[in-house]
Amino acid sequence: MNPLTAYLLVAALLFAIGLAGALTRRNAILVLIGIELMLNAANLNLIAFWRYGPHPEALTGMMFAIFSIAVAAAEAAVGLGLVISIHRHAKTTDLDAMNRMKG
Amino acid sequence: MIQESLTQLSIQPPQSVASPVAQMLWLIPALPVVASGVIALLKQPRRRTASSLAIGSLALSSLLALVAFAHVVTLWAHGDQTRETVNFTWFRFAATHVDLGWVLDPLSSVMLVMVTFVGLLIFIYSTGYMAHDENFTRFFCFLSLFAGGMLGVVIANSLLLLFMSWEIVGLTSYLLIGFWYQKPSAAAAAKKAFLTTRIGDVFFLLGIVWLFAQTGTLLLYNNGNGSMEPGALAGLLAQPAQMGLTAAGAIGLLIFAGAAGKSGQFPLHVWLPDAMEGPTPVSALIHAATMVAAGVYLIARVYPLMQAGALAGGSTTALSVVTWVGAFTAVFAALIAVAQNDIKRILAYSTVSQLGYMMAGLGMGGVAVGMFHLITHAFFKALLFMGAGSVIHGCHEEQDIRRMGGLRSDMPATFLTYAIGMLALCGFPLLFSGFWSKDGILESAQHWSVARGPLYMLVFGAFLTAFYMTRQVGYVFLGTWRGHKPAHESPAVMTVPLAVLAFFAMTLGLIGTPAWPWFRGFIESRPVPFEWHGFLEPGLLALMGTSTVVVFVGLGLGLWLYGGQAPSPEQPDILERAVPVPWAWFRDRLYVDEIYAVTVVAFYGWWARVADWLDRRVWGGAVAGVSWIFRGWAHFNRFLDMNWVDGSFDKGCEELASGGGLLSRAQNGRVQSYLRILALSVVVLVAILIWSSLP
Repeated sequence: MNPLTAYLLVAALLFAIGLAGALTRRNAILVLIGIELMLNAANLNLIAFWRYGPHPEALTGMMFAIFSIAVAAAEAAVGLGLVISIHRHAKTTDLDAMNRMKG
Repeated sequence: MIQESLTQLSIQPPQSVASPVAQMLWLIPALPVVASGVIALLKQPRRRTASSLAIGSLALSSLLALVAFAHVVTLWAHGDQTRETVNFTWFRFAATHVDLGWVLDPLSSVMLVMVTFVGLLIFIYSTGYMAHDENFTRFFCFLSLFAGGMLGVVIANSLLLLFMSWEIVGLTSYLLIGFWYQKPSAAAAAKKAFLTTRIGDVFFLLGIVWLFAQTGTLLLYNNGNGSMEPGALAGLLAQPAQMGLTAAGAIGLLIFAGAAGKSGQFPLHVWLPDAMEGPTPVSALIHAATMVAAGVYLIARVYPLMQAGALAGGSTTALSVVTWVGAFTAVFAALIAVAQNDIKRILAYSTVSQLGYMMAGLGMGGVAVGMFHLITHAFFKALLFMGAGSVIHGCHEEQDIRRMGGLRSDMPATFLTYAIGMLALCGFPLLFSGFWSKDGILESAQHWSVARGPLYMLVFGAFLTAFYMTRQVGYVFLGTWRGHKPAHESPAVMTVPLAVLAFFAMTLGLIGTPAWPWFRGFIESRPVPFEWHGFLEPGLLALMGTSTVVVFVGLGLGLWLYGGQAPSPEQPDILERAVPVPWAWFRDRLYVDEIYAVTVVAFYGWWARVADWLDRRVWGGAVAGVSWIFRGWAHFNRFLDMNWVDGSFDKGCEELASGGGLLSRAQNGRVQSYLRILALSVVVLVAILIWSSLP
């Protein structure tokens, strides 16, 4: 088994854990944590494919990962801001209580 | 030659440039028309303003007419061309152009002076007669418009302009006859006058259209290109005659039908006696002196057309018809006048009769003979009507001569002037104008080559005229008072115009005596020497003697029968006792109205009922049938719409709604359920991807 497959397996596992957390948790913060896990699984894939790809001397994978982390950080900040504002408004972070998104 | 507008006309060669007098001729009718428009805008109480405007504008027109008359007389005296025309194109379409214009010649200048002068006197008289009427301003508005229309007829050089003015005159006549429209009889008389004259006008219009189609011009005189000038007449005569009538003769007869309607010739005379329902100044101005003379004037105006085709000294079919109709009307109306008891109605029939004389004079003796009687008649008939108005005014609106009597002493000024007018109408020898003008007509009848009938008819008419006028004067002024309240003399504003007219009724004959036929020479534009031996023409003195004897017989008979005490209203008339049968016919106006009622009116009533039935049953039925078909079709469409179109559409809508309801459950607003679907979809897509990439 070559190292890439191992990395990909780890990334897939990480993604599956993140997805399960995002889908099953009631708490909005834990859902956000799941989403972060899935993002990082994707970052891991990017790095792994770059490292074992045909042009490891070009820094493309690294650049992708750094962009992705920066975007994820901004996204996490917005997401947490939304959660706080919803908590102030509805006094809860339970996603099942927030069903007002349907038109 | 195509006539251009007025401005271009002035740069034409010098011989066709009209003099300034002729150029400004349009002002004469325009002034009263403008005054009428201004009066129409005045409020009802502005009585003085209204009458001043009307009288002022007509006085100005009168002055201008005198200037025009003097101008023509000067031209004549210098031996120059006496006819001047001003023509311009009104509008054109394709190659056709419709021209308007006016003409200044002896004929129109004489009429202008007569109409403005008589009109002015009647306007002044009206301020007195209508002083108590609340619609005083409206009256002067109509009167002024009438004067403008009449003067338009007089100066028109285009048949179209003439016809338009003619219709204005007809309209104002209608409005003024129906001036007291609260009276049902006045409203009916106005309607009758309008409809009867309209019958003549339809023929007149046909004649105009025919003439326009034949000659291509509406102008009467246009430097050789007008329809009354030899070129156009030769073209009309060149066509083959049918049933003894040339195109010129047929057009002439159509125009004569219009003239007969306006001038009350048999059988279109029925409106004129009824027109006496209007105020008396209106009767004097319109239905005695001027408007009814318009028909005679029209014939004089188109005389070249009427005369076209006549050999030397001969007559044409059209002129013969004019003569016979005129002579018949003269006797017919005089017979009716004998047995009337309404003071204005007698004068109305007398007017019809005298118009018959004018027509006969035109037919037999030419323009000058007919026109001379027209002018003298205008003066003495206006005088008689205004005198009658004065009598009616003085007798507290009483019009029945049987309730008058002895007014000689109560109303001396009216009596004196009325007697002058009456003697002028009778043709009392030498002193009075009617004698000379009537004698001219009788003289031309004597020399008429076609038949002797008109001469005898007109002499008989002269006897009747003398008789019925004497009868009227006997009833009104002689004997003793038979009314209720005593009569009083009218104010000076009414009697002074009477005196002026009386003066002219006496003296006007001097311009047309056989010794010095000034009028005839003026109309025909040839010099007239003063010759005593004018009286010595063969047969003339005998004729004058005969007519004098006839008039004296009429006067004497009238005085013998009615000179003493006339019968009171309850008693039968003196003649009625003597000859009851023809008297009843004449009293009932020879049943012309009744004949019309059972023929024309009944026919139109029947025709109207047929049309009504057709309208309701046939055309209305067809319309109703079509509407039923469409309603049935609409019901069918509605059924289809409700059951097929709507049914399928509704079903589709239901399906869409239920499908939407099903799908809407997926949108439950929970983020995690969306995410689940997303994840599931990704898993499914990946599975498909893997599946499809398997070997």
